[in-house]
Amino acid sequence: MAKVEQKGTLSKSDLREFFREMLLIRRFEEKVEERFRAGELPGFLHVAIGQEAVAVGVCRALEEGDIIGSTHRAHGHTLAKGTTPNELMAELYGKLEGCSHGYGGSMHLYDIERGNMGANAVVGGGLPAIVGAALAFKFRGEPRVGVAFFGDGATNIGTFHESLNLAQLWQVPAVFVCENNHWAESTPSWQHMPIEDISQRAVAFGMKAVKVDGQDVEAVYKAARRALEHARGGKGPVFLAVNTYRLVGHYIGDPQVYRSKEELEQTRETQDPIQHLRARLELSDDEVEEIDREVQEIVDTAVDFAKSGTDPKPEDALKNVYA
Amino acid sequence: MPELSYREAVRDALSRAMRDDEDVFIMGEDIAEMGGSMGVTQGMLDEFGPERVRNSPISEMALAGAAIGAAMQGMRPVAEIMYEDFLTLATEQIVNQAAKHRYMSGGQLSVPVTFRTQGGAGWSPGAQHAQQLEAWFVHIPGLKVVFASTPSDVRGLLWSSIYDDNPVIFFEHRTLYGIKEDVPDELEPIPLGEARVHRPGEDVTVIATGRLVHESLAAAEEAEQEGVSVEVVDPRTLQPLDEDALVSSVKKTNRCVVAHEAVTRMGFGAEVAAVIQYGAFDWLDAPIERVGAKFAPLPFAPVMEEFVVPHSRDVLDAIYRTVGRSNGSDGN
Repeated sequence: MAKVEQKGTLSKSDLREFFREMLLIRRFEEKVEERFRAGELPGFLHVAIGQEAVAVGVCRALEEGDIIGSTHRAHGHTLAKGTTPNELMAELYGKLEGCSHGYGGSMHLYDIERGNMGANAVVGGGLPAIVGAALAFKFRGEPRVGVAFFGDGATNIGTFHESLNLAQLWQVPAVFVCENNHWAESTPSWQHMPIEDISQRAVAFGMKAVKVDGQDVEAVYKAARRALEHARGGKGPVFLAVNTYRLVGHYIGDPQVYRSKEELEQTRETQDPIQHLRARLELSDDEVEEIDREVQEIVDTAVDFAKSGTDPKPEDALKNVYA
Repeated sequence: MPELSYREAVRDALSRAMRDDEDVFIMGEDIAEMGGSMGVTQGMLDEFGPERVRNSPISEMALAGAAIGAAMQGMRPVAEIMYEDFLTLATEQIVNQAAKHRYMSGGQLSVPVTFRTQGGAGWSPGAQHAQQLEAWFVHIPGLKVVFASTPSDVRGLLWSSIYDDNPVIFFEHRTLYGIKEDVPDELEPIPLGEARVHRPGEDVTVIATGRLVHESLAAAEEAEQEGVSVEVVDPRTLQPLDEDALVSSVKKTNRCVVAHEAVTRMGFGAEVAAVIQYGAFDWLDAPIERVGAKFAPLPFAPVMEEFVVPHSRDVLDAIYRTVGRSNGSDGN
């Protein structure tokens, strides 16, 4: 995916490309829901509907060589980091052609060649490794940055605090992207955090912290760009407190008994990042339809690709245990 | 041939690797100015500087995880976990992350990290500073586990662990740091997965790890006086396990004692006993004996600690049981 040339500024065509990519993630996730409900997809699936602008805004701001670590809600990050929809869908179907060759699944998506060091199904589990990767970049004098995605729920776990402390102490080139969607699975922020401003947690370590509207892809992109420059320039890690919304349940099939239908409806109406960008770009129905047709086709192709993929042999399970 | 202590042998392996290779660095709590809680890394700060001899906060999750992350970028970090009891704090990172990245990525990644740690009873550190937890880690596919018992072994095995492309948990025993041995000028790497026969014998094989290797050698000397010839074998690498060497020794002696300092129940020795009974069933002339700690946390009072962990007399008793003598007290 082409990188935005003029750093820090975005043309209308850049934003249109962002729109296309966000819509691709949305349609991909909807298709995943559909195929899961049809009984085709094994395992746990967590879709990122509502959080597309964070994935696209951050990943578009990255430079060649930068790496990411993701979470259980990883499809958006993975697509935005350049894994093809075919390879991602094939992984969700457990095929050898998948980005983790059928060994990972939705919560363990890897694409090392494209700088995706892996999604992590342990909340907060991937943060320390991003600090270590950034330390390696610093050791080698490479102008690379490690980016950790995680949610508000992860900010309560020890790895979060230990990782931020170590990153700031050692001044490693890392950016911590906290996707605060206000829910830790089914538990609302007010039940899991005694503070409202999550960025205070980074400030407590002396880390530069920036608040961002996660439903505005341009804002995310610009903030990520500045954070990456800061980290890459040797000025230390940055914490991005990204305010976002999960417009679906924690997992596919989540009855969401913990929030009211009205609240969900209202959030969907007011906090859809794709609708925001559409309005900002003043896209006509025809224009949207054209983009939509294009991305739907990509997603349909991905399903066909995945379904016709190769099943691993059962005994392949014994490969890749050791290097 | 220089004489090196076990402590110096560890330091020698680390220093040689760091001189040769910029990808190798060490990190851990109190390892820089203080030289580590056991003095293993003393002097290394002066030679290599604070970037590569990296003092970390008391923060095992981040320490372990950062080592894993650096390893995933192709470096070869050696992280010191001050006491193996504190591996419990790093276990999520070791078990869920280090052990599984290669697998979950379908072979895209390797994680060439080494976690050095130490423990062991014998000086009354109490229940949170002396456990032997190797059995936890041998149970995890994706990890390699080493437990060295002599200076030459610890040096050659640590080198191989650093240069292994898998995560290695490297156990040292606290009471062995002072023991000395002549070692060659050149460091000889010891392949992981190769047992060492410390002492050939005809009547009984004792398979021992860590401190119990030395206790078993002492027991073997005593048994020799009584006309019982004992072979002492140290697997050295617990995962992968040199099953062939262990089984062929028992096929020769027809009797087997397994000895370690960790609690006997569900211990590493249970797996070794299973391997032996399956591989040498028709050769066995006596039940396989196990020697290990009694099923209790490590107590503080020296008399209680002494009672809980095994000593050479426990190994000797077990040896005698296998040959049908009852010179000793009941074992465990």
